[in-house]
Amino acid sequence: MTAAERPLLSVERLQTHFHTRAGVVKAVDGVDLTLRRGEILGLVGESGSGKSITGFSILGLIDPPGRISGGRIGFDGRDLVTLPEAERRRLRGKDIAMIFQDPSMTLNPVLRIDTQMIEAVQAHEKISRQAALRRARDVLVAVGIPSPDERLQAYPFELSGGMRQRIAIAIAMINRPRLIIADEPTTALDVSIQGQIIHEVKALCRQTGTALIWITHDLAVVAGLADRIAVMYAGRVVETGTTAEVIRNPQHPYTQGLIASVPSRETRGHRLYQIPGMTPSLLNLPPGCAFSARCAHATETCRTAPELTETGAGRAFRCWHPVGDRR
Amino acid sequence: MTQPILELRGLTKTFVKPVSVAGHIANLFGARQKKVEVRAAAGVDLAVLPGEVVGIVGESGCGKSTVARMLAGISSRTEGDILWKGVSDRAMTADQKRDFALQVQMIFQDPFASLNPRMQVLDIIGEAPVCHGIIPASEKRAYVTALMEKVGLSGAYADRFPHQFSGGQRQRIGIARALAVKPKLIICDEAVAALDVSIQAQVLNLFMDLRDEFGLTYLFISHNLGVVEHISDRVVIMYLGRVVEIAPTEALFSDPNHPYTRLLMEQLPVLEPGARDYQPIRGELPSPLAPPPGCPFHPRCPAATARCRAEAPALRPIAADRLSACHLNDRTAV
Repeated sequence: MTAAERPLLSVERLQTHFHTRAGVVKAVDGVDLTLRRGEILGLVGESGSGKSITGFSILGLIDPPGRISGGRIGFDGRDLVTLPEAERRRLRGKDIAMIFQDPSMTLNPVLRIDTQMIEAVQAHEKISRQAALRRARDVLVAVGIPSPDERLQAYPFELSGGMRQRIAIAIAMINRPRLIIADEPTTALDVSIQGQIIHEVKALCRQTGTALIWITHDLAVVAGLADRIAVMYAGRVVETGTTAEVIRNPQHPYTQGLIASVPSRETRGHRLYQIPGMTPSLLNLPPGCAFSARCAHATETCRTAPELTETGAGRAFRCWHPVGDRR
Repeated sequence: MTQPILELRGLTKTFVKPVSVAGHIANLFGARQKKVEVRAAAGVDLAVLPGEVVGIVGESGCGKSTVARMLAGISSRTEGDILWKGVSDRAMTADQKRDFALQVQMIFQDPFASLNPRMQVLDIIGEAPVCHGIIPASEKRAYVTALMEKVGLSGAYADRFPHQFSGGQRQRIGIARALAVKPKLIICDEAVAALDVSIQAQVLNLFMDLRDEFGLTYLFISHNLGVVEHISDRVVIMYLGRVVEIAPTEALFSDPNHPYTRLLMEQLPVLEPGARDYQPIRGELPSPLAPPPGCPFHPRCPAATARCRAEAPALRPIAADRLSACHLNDRTAV
């Protein structure tokens, strides 16, 4: 394989477990993901599905009692799981950057924006303050911040939530990373600001060839953004495919349920489809398919965990009774 | 025409930050510190018919929650009138006031912050109806259990505390608490915003079932246009403390009139795969501390004219049941 064909990121059988007093919480339990250069992946799931922990695992941000207990995270030919902390630190913020849900988690409240941005550049490159500041200014312009010179002088509290998130995105982009992991970056923002940010992030990724993992619980947000979608449930990827395939032709009953429960014009005056039951506790998952307890099509077979069925390039699902078979 | 169950006339809320003591002293020496005023709601007019679901939509800071809180009696108003079944709350007798307060209930956004963590569900739901003499204290447990079953919770959980429930279950407790005093109007302030998509669907279905069963009227406040489109009969769009458009849901979504409504709709993410190009609204919501002169939306409006910069448009009828506050409607009429 040449370097151009090799995927930028390949997560194989990743397991991140939390060893708590109540037992082992298998937050991520055998996740496979691949991402090519410049590709945008939507990682979709509900609270507790392990989508954020997957993102944190890639960056190596898992704190005890959590631990990556198995699998490998191949990034550009290296395995991030076994990489020494010092080298991982060099990658973090340089080659792989993260955007968090709450921009106040990223920004230090007592430092000016310029201080924080210059620091982010100088941490990874020997470069003068002046040159770093110029670069900071350029990325602020790129993420669509008006009057960047004034914003650089500001403290985070002087800016609105949308502006702060844009600065967090600018800091993530400042070292021209090859991969950005965005964890629900627009969930806390208004629709109009969300639209602006999606528009800008997408344009930036296309321009710079940066790959993006956009973690969200809202399928509608990634529908217009992502090239591919991976749906997670109870620590596993239950379905992947191109955005059009997953949304138009979902195979896993959970994906189908998620799509049907989104309110829209078509559902007006009708009851929404609701997935029965609740997300199971990760402490005592049912044996076999974790979704079987809530699934209308579950049978005796579902007591054994379904393997990933691949039906085409990049199209796979984890279900004994996929939707397509029942038609 | 049926009488509106609730009517708002020119409802206004102004928050004032007075000049501090230090400021007064500084003023003696010639500093010109003034008190700061924010008009969170500026003359809101709205009539709600019995049994209707009215959605209120707007970005953060547009005053939608302020209006809700004035209605629920949580915050006071600066000006304007609230009419309940045709009677202004200023002219109400003590009994009428009490009825009004009981019949308008509110469900809050955050199911974690809106329940007292040190109270059992039995008391959270049962305290108000016992206190107001709706049920005798001896029937409290049976009443609470029945209500819990109604909102989809097992009555066996009545002795538990809020922290023992998930987010969706807590929101159901909040709903049962609101229902316990037999309200007529329920204000849902972003009641499903904090929930996952599948839980959101369950709660939205529950709202509709309860509406049919108890003949409820809802004021449904949300920034999520998809949810509002699904659940509402009529939609009110607010911007910087003002109502900019009111229309029946279908008319609004198929033919939005106000430029702000149109832009909001273009931002709405839809479950439609494929390269979607968002045409972002220029700029951000201006600070309510210094609202722009004229039409508050003109700095972001693609069609703003000189008149928009000078003169604030009034909310006027543009078709049957439809109101909009935009100068452009005059131009097309000519």
